[in-house]
Amino acid sequence: MGCAEFIQSGAEGLHPSYTKHITMPITHPNLRLSKLPSAIPAWSGEIASDDLQPVCQNVQDGGGRLVALWGSDARFPLPNPLPQAGEGANESLRESQVDGFVLHVVLVNEAGLICLSVPLPADQPNYPDISRIFPAANRMQRAAYDLLGIYAHEGHDHRKWLRHAAWHGGSFPLRKDFDAVQSRTDEPDSYPFVQVEGQGVHEIAVGPVHAGIIEPGHFRFSVVGEKTLRLEERFGYKHKGIEKRFETMSVQQGAKLAGRVSGDSTVAYAWAYAMAAESIAAVTPPDRSLWLRALFLERERIANHLGDLGYLGNDVALSFGFAQFWILKEQVLRNNAKLFGHRYLMDKVIPGGVTVDLAESGKQVLLEECAMLEREASVLRGIYDEHAGVQDRFIGAGRIEPKLAAQLGLCGLAGRASAQSWDARVQFPCAPYDKLDVQMATYRNGDVAARVIVRFDELFESLRLQREIMVHLVHGDDLAIPLEKLPAHGFGVGMVEGWRGEVLVATHTDAQGNLTRVHPHDPSWQNWPVLEHAVIGNIVPDFPLINKSFNLSYSGQDL
Amino acid sequence: MENTNQALGLLFQFYQSLLVVLLAPLLTGWVNQCRAWLQNRSGPGLLQPYRTLRKLFHKDAVMAFNASPLFRATPYILFGCMWLAAAIIPIIAVNLPFSPAADVIALVGVFALARVFIALAAMDIGTAFGTLGARREMLVSFLAEPALLMVLFTASLISHSTQLPRIVEALALQQFVLYPSLAFAGLAFVIVLLAENARIPVDNPGTHLELTMIHEAMILEYSARHLALVEWASSLKLFAYISIGIALFVPYGIADVGNWGALPLAIVALLVKLALAGAALALLETLLAKMRIFRAPEFMGTAFLLAVLGLLIHFLLGA
Repeated sequence: MGCAEFIQSGAEGLHPSYTKHITMPITHPNLRLSKLPSAIPAWSGEIASDDLQPVCQNVQDGGGRLVALWGSDARFPLPNPLPQAGEGANESLRESQVDGFVLHVVLVNEAGLICLSVPLPADQPNYPDISRIFPAANRMQRAAYDLLGIYAHEGHDHRKWLRHAAWHGGSFPLRKDFDAVQSRTDEPDSYPFVQVEGQGVHEIAVGPVHAGIIEPGHFRFSVVGEKTLRLEERFGYKHKGIEKRFETMSVQQGAKLAGRVSGDSTVAYAWAYAMAAESIAAVTPPDRSLWLRALFLERERIANHLGDLGYLGNDVALSFGFAQFWILKEQVLRNNAKLFGHRYLMDKVIPGGVTVDLAESGKQVLLEECAMLEREASVLRGIYDEHAGVQDRFIGAGRIEPKLAAQLGLCGLAGRASAQSWDARVQFPCAPYDKLDVQMATYRNGDVAARVIVRFDELFESLRLQREIMVHLVHGDDLAIPLEKLPAHGFGVGMVEGWRGEVLVATHTDAQGNLTRVHPHDPSWQNWPVLEHAVIGNIVPDFPLINKSFNLSYSGQDL
Repeated sequence: MENTNQALGLLFQFYQSLLVVLLAPLLTGWVNQCRAWLQNRSGPGLLQPYRTLRKLFHKDAVMAFNASPLFRATPYILFGCMWLAAAIIPIIAVNLPFSPAADVIALVGVFALARVFIALAAMDIGTAFGTLGARREMLVSFLAEPALLMVLFTASLISHSTQLPRIVEALALQQFVLYPSLAFAGLAFVIVLLAENARIPVDNPGTHLELTMIHEAMILEYSARHLALVEWASSLKLFAYISIGIALFVPYGIADVGNWGALPLAIVALLVKLALAGAALALLETLLAKMRIFRAPEFMGTAFLLAVLGLLIHFLLGA
């Protein structure tokens, strides 16, 4: 209706003032932002649902992106739970006026994170669709509806996303009054895929059970001969109710769960979770623990990049590369187990600090490992670069032009391969990255070869960072400060540049300071839809290679 | 005398048939082991294909509901074709009684027969992957077949016969001559061998990525004894192809029927040649990456071109 005009006028009216306020990420007459005490620059503020689209448009016009979208149930405790506790505390509530649901939208621009909360009435929790401004919002909005029943009106796609046949359509697991037993259903699962019609077009349905042991996801190809006309993904097979589970956990228990959202990014998730909790408690962990966190995060990046480079060799049947890179990855994992007690460094980062120290003898082991990896990976890079057969497969496959990448909000490693220069370690360097001067690896071509190049560059940069961290890592500090309880009615965000991209964890606490809502957000939310574009026009047998070059998480976004 | 010769021939034929069917999985195991060594892996050992076959024969077979008798019969047909092909190629002795039954053209026909059945069976159960695999198999093989025929023609021009024993006799048991035409034919033959046996760079026998498969996509629905027969047939096919290669290009050391004295040497020579060929195949597969499927026609075209060059050289040089 008049909405489109409103966006136009809103954006035009706001744009000039944007440049004047350097400290504020955005300005809008109806938006009052307050800075969060976080390790990364972040602001939060409440807006009415009518202002959501103009603000989003404003951020998008300024080159910003959507990071995450989720909802929470902030209805006043209905009949049974907490009869008295809510009363007295209500006055000091930030969300006290809200008797309904809250939509949370996190945007990012070069100033930092902008966390918007949009109160929605309990009886009609509708908000205006933002997937026309940020295409990546589409699946997040659908997931928010499946889990909480908040509805993006005017949206063009309202198919279910995370709900398969586990609970019926009228019940919403993240509502506080959800009854798991009553909501169980035996209805058959059905999902309308988009049909492509024309002469000679046929469909290939792949998964969720695959020939190899990989995560489940369904891919529906519409092809002519070997050429892919359209790919449509369907996920949600790994939905396990992580967000619901957080509600009953203590801060320290939650750290374990956060570290298991996506196993290959356990350090990134645990750190982001810890950052959010520390932001609510307004505490800063000891210096030494921050250096150790950075060490763990870079080691996670090194291990995953080595593994991916091996897989990419394997997908073009160069099993030689596969075996060599996995020997190197195995060495990193074994050193992790030897020095820190866990191959993938699970549960090493906790709110308040870390749980494990690095001894002086361990430094020597890591420095030797660094030298070995640098030597071996350089040789292997030479082999990949000069192998005509490998390059023929890599170059030009699954290309995402920078323009399309910007439009769709491609982020993380895949984004940097398409000239989207976002790296939280560089733009928003939280301690200790503010002392490290991370060099961002970017490339313009956006094909499989570009993603391989970015992986190699980041691998060598992470090895350099690991050496530098060794220098800074001095003895003396504690490993962690105690953090058992969070303040009441808190909200905090943490964002960490994991190996795949930016991992965000947002945490809300209730009147007792218990976790009431934790939302872990994986960069795969943004990047899976881009994969659908990357394969258009490519031949079907190139899909596994293109898919592997993104290597996105199923578990991280099925939650 | 005639009768003894015939009896001996039959005995030779019996032994060779038994030998190929038992030895074929070992060759596959050897190739896999060499690949593992070349990639710094320890590898599963030479006997792994036998263990796999034993495991598969002990399992219960699962059939698609809509599978027709064709789907059920194909593994047996496939196995029969490949065993027949491997059995009639003269590898340890020249004058086998079954050899005249099929000349090189018929041999190509036997391979084609097996291919038609496996492709039909793949489409029979109606899955997307079966059809995908069958389509790709036909794309590769319709180009490989003429190249193979050209190779065989080049060899038969030298011996003036399309009978494999005559060809081998002409090359191995007569005066040693170097044929330049055969060098071209040999190169073409290697390419055809790689394509026809679903090896890298045309196909990847070790992949789990169903969308990239050619041969494996066609047999995805087979299980237990049927899968065992299909796998065994693949081993036999590789054995048969390498045997043809040995027979055409390095037949030296082969025994004449009835010449018991030459037999031990012939067997040793055969084993050495198979081991070398297997190691060379593994090396080639380690060095190469899989090509995009639409490069396969170019690759096959190269094979055909090389084979035609061999033929032309034979006419130009008379050698």
